[in-house]
Amino acid sequence: MSDRLAVRKTYKLFIGGAFPRSESGRSYVVTDAKGRFVANASHASRKDARDAVTAARKAFGGWSGRTAYNRGQILYRVAEVLEGRAAQFVDELRQTGVTKPQAVAQVDAAIDRWVWYAGWADKLAAVAGSANPVSGPFFNFSTPEPTGVVAVVAPDSPLLGLVSVVAPAIVSGNTAVVVASEPAPLPAVTLAEVLATSDLPGGVVNILTGRRAELAPWLASHMDVNALDLAGVGADAVAALEEAAAGNLKRVVRPGDIDWADEPGTARMTAFLETKTVWHPVGV
Amino acid sequence: MISAAELRAFLHRLPGVDEVGAGERAARLATRSIKTSAKAEAIDLAISMVDLTTLEGADTPGKVRALCAKAARPDPLDAGVPRVAAVCVYPDRVDVAVEALKGTGIGVASVATAFPSGRAPLEAKLVDTRAAVEAGASEIDMVIDRGAFLSGDLLKVYEEIVAVKDACGDAHLKVILETGELVTLDNVRRASWLAMRAGADFIKTSTGKVSPAATLPVTLVMLEAVRDFRAETGRQVGVKPAGGIRTTKDAIKYLVLVNETAGPDWLTPEWFRLGASSLLNDLLMQRRKLTTGVYSGPDYFSQD
Amino acid sequence: MVFEYAPAPESRDVVDIRASYGLFIGGEFTDGHGDPFKSINPADETVLAEIATANAADVDRAVKAARTAFDKVWGPMPGRERAKYLYRIARILQERARELAVLESIDNGKPIRESRDVDVPLAAAHFFYHAGWADKLGHAGFGADPRPIGVAGQVIPWNFPLLMLAWKIAPALACGNTVVLKPAETTPLTALLFADICRQADLPPGVVNIVTGAGDTGRLLVEHEGVGKVAFTGSTEVGRLIARSAAGTGKKLTLELGGKAANIVYDDAPLDQAVEGIVNGIFFNQGHVCCAGSRLLVQETIADELLDRLKARMATLRIGDPLDKNTDVGAINSAEQLERIRALAAVGEQEGAERWSPPCELPERGFWFAPTVFTGVSQSHRVVQEEIFGPVLSALTFRTPDEAVAKANNTPYGLSAGIWTEKGSRMLWTAERLRAGVVWANTFNKFDPASPFGGYKESGFGREGGRHGLEAYLDV
Repeated sequence: MSDRLAVRKTYKLFIGGAFPRSESGRSYVVTDAKGRFVANASHASRKDARDAVTAARKAFGGWSGRTAYNRGQILYRVAEVLEGRAAQFVDELRQTGVTKPQAVAQVDAAIDRWVWYAGWADKLAAVAGSANPVSGPFFNFSTPEPTGVVAVVAPDSPLLGLVSVVAPAIVSGNTAVVVASEPAPLPAVTLAEVLATSDLPGGVVNILTGRRAELAPWLASHMDVNALDLAGVGADAVAALEEAAAGNLKRVVRPGDIDWADEPGTARMTAFLETKTVWHPVGV
Repeated sequence: MISAAELRAFLHRLPGVDEVGAGERAARLATRSIKTSAKAEAIDLAISMVDLTTLEGADTPGKVRALCAKAARPDPLDAGVPRVAAVCVYPDRVDVAVEALKGTGIGVASVATAFPSGRAPLEAKLVDTRAAVEAGASEIDMVIDRGAFLSGDLLKVYEEIVAVKDACGDAHLKVILETGELVTLDNVRRASWLAMRAGADFIKTSTGKVSPAATLPVTLVMLEAVRDFRAETGRQVGVKPAGGIRTTKDAIKYLVLVNETAGPDWLTPEWFRLGASSLLNDLLMQRRKLTTGVYSGPDYFSQD
Repeated sequence: MVFEYAPAPESRDVVDIRASYGLFIGGEFTDGHGDPFKSINPADETVLAEIATANAADVDRAVKAARTAFDKVWGPMPGRERAKYLYRIARILQERARELAVLESIDNGKPIRESRDVDVPLAAAHFFYHAGWADKLGHAGFGADPRPIGVAGQVIPWNFPLLMLAWKIAPALACGNTVVLKPAETTPLTALLFADICRQADLPPGVVNIVTGAGDTGRLLVEHEGVGKVAFTGSTEVGRLIARSAAGTGKKLTLELGGKAANIVYDDAPLDQAVEGIVNGIFFNQGHVCCAGSRLLVQETIADELLDRLKARMATLRIGDPLDKNTDVGAINSAEQLERIRALAAVGEQEGAERWSPPCELPERGFWFAPTVFTGVSQSHRVVQEEIFGPVLSALTFRTPDEAVAKANNTPYGLSAGIWTEKGSRMLWTAERLRAGVVWANTFNKFDPASPFGGYKESGFGREGGRHGLEAYLDV
């Protein structure tokens, strides 16, 4: 054991590209699998959630306006930077009680998941769009477009599950407000540090740590949120959140029995897409 | 006199501008690499084209005199630096500038016509203009009525320019289109032709009070307009991008744009100006870099 | 005043050209057993390097190396892992962009502005894009688990050496094939540098093999029985020979061949941008572009005005040192090509066409041809019918949209076309009737890995790029 005392990291929120503490000044204790103290995580308030939505909305125009190729490059850059910090994530995951091989496998899968979604950026429109042979002298085509701000309640798989819900939301140009796993929020904050150094514009992903039960209703009812991913919500809370989401007809993804290690399909991306169809006459 | 219908028909018959194509052309010209002797020439040319500008509510006689001193002798340690083209001030500061610049050959330009918004009765705009001319301004920078332009009352815009031109007497008239409010390049081309037909000696992009101010694509379209106008009428009109031009690199991009669009005939202070304030010191810094071989810093240039 | 741009040459120090190059087979540079040849700099005729020629045995070795890599490594590898190799290659192309651009300009003669801003970034983008497909082939519309073909034999031209390499290798590898690629004999250097990039990426040996040589080597490659897929970009004449040789073999074949594209300008076009588009369409890359807009079809009402503007714009083109950052038009790639351009231009004059070039001084050494426009020509002139593959434009007029379309389609080729009009419905009407694989409206010569490219009729078949381009490299 070295005599040197370690410098510990303060785990904060990630809003608009900055790392603020909760405006409420609150925090909550994060423990390891054996119940030992690991860190105090920020305990975000509804006002933090509100600020995060504002930041996400502000970032939407710029992010969705970038070329798909550029978004793909940035998501791939996230994978590159994440790879470089793999050891740190392995340590944080081991604190949650998984073995080293399990932690390594999860980190590897999380990196590859960013790579998988990075490649989708400039292919989604080719797969989900179409030229439509309407009857008449019209050129008619349909293209997928991002829906806007997506609120995500992340699952308890603290890194792979998190990446598996954040990446598909943003790859198409949406911006996200994410409530991290409540018992294991630290990898989410470390992921925020990766995002902040990967050329991802501030506000595209905003990460809150705290109590799901406190934050989720505010996000579900927020009239400037366009969609809701309930991946990390318990079965008992789904109905109320869906009801709140009906206020402005949010697109809702319900929680399912998902093994985050499986290869994802396209459903989590298409859930947050609108289809726009354009008609144009053809004539001299 | 032209009728409203004729004016409208004429302006709407002009070829359209494809924004993407114009942007690509401007961006490509911006990649020209101007080095060594060409850069030295370009810097001196750019300095001689600067309309050194102060347009603040807080402008005092002292501030204007300081600016005039800078205009006449941009680098006190190097008499080889050319003087700027003109100093640009508000009408009620023209007398100070005229006095301070006496004998230097530097023009005094005054904004007028209820700059920058132009939202005043025509009579007030004319009074504003006459006051500046009587105080000795050799150039008037007027703003067009963007509200009238955007509402389709093109004749009002035209007639105001004609009236202000008349009030200018011998002073040169620069017509500010405020392209940031006209938004489309089609509008920029139409407004350019409207102003030229109404008698503008110069067409100018911006007041500097609206964002975006001068941009390369907007200036490209205006340079195409003056080129085509001369080909059609034989009369040459100048161009002045203003606002947002802060670095030597920016200024050189504009010179390249002039060189390869309107042509070398426009590459003199008589036909091309750069409306700017902080640009001048950057030009001086780059100039000194070329002569000394080392990068300079802002501490070595006067801040006025 | 006259604003002269001082020379702004890009430094050559960034490239290190070896005196001689071998063949890249099985991850190693090895000797070739044919007669070596020299690659020269077309801008000054200096010899750049001596290049090995692959004979039959060498080609056989390369195909076997590719087959082994396909069977043992690349074929069984999960798409997810193949993807990461391709991403690595894309990144290294970006990292070594300057080096590649300078080398390309030296070997090919194209302006550094183009190799720097077009060829190299697009090549990297092509790898980046196809990397993303490697683990998503089941989503591409060719079945749940489409399989690769095996070994692809690929022969590419000299006009975009690195970019054509990327168009060929990236989709082949993404789909799980291994390749043997033959670059053109006048422009092999960036392909040989790419071999080094494969090594930096730790790409398994044999996945990419590069054999150099002239037409014979190419023929040996495409006719090799171990090759399951042949991809060729080049002349229609050679494409026809390859199609004949592939007959009855069951080989999958894609061909990207010549063109004589029409660039149609209606009277309501955005004129200044149309002029830029015409210039870009025919003088980009010295007109060494299969999809070049070599036939200008302008509505008669605006023909004089447009041609005046075009000539004024052509007078501002800067011709000269390809490495000068301000050069717009570089050197013709080879003495042979220059001779062909000169001969066809002479035919144009003999046929009575009016020939015009802006006054410009051409360097004494090297291969140069001034940007040229022929007016007073019709569909019956040879300069209008034949692909010149040089900076030579033929300007024709038309009266009605029907006539424009009829003239545009009046060619055995069908690679690309351009339409200039501010009216959307007329643009779509025209596009619908053009028999061409790529139609650009109010723009020209745009390329993107996400966009399929390829021709109708004698311009070849198969598409490169986009979802459609994957089909060429899948056993479907």
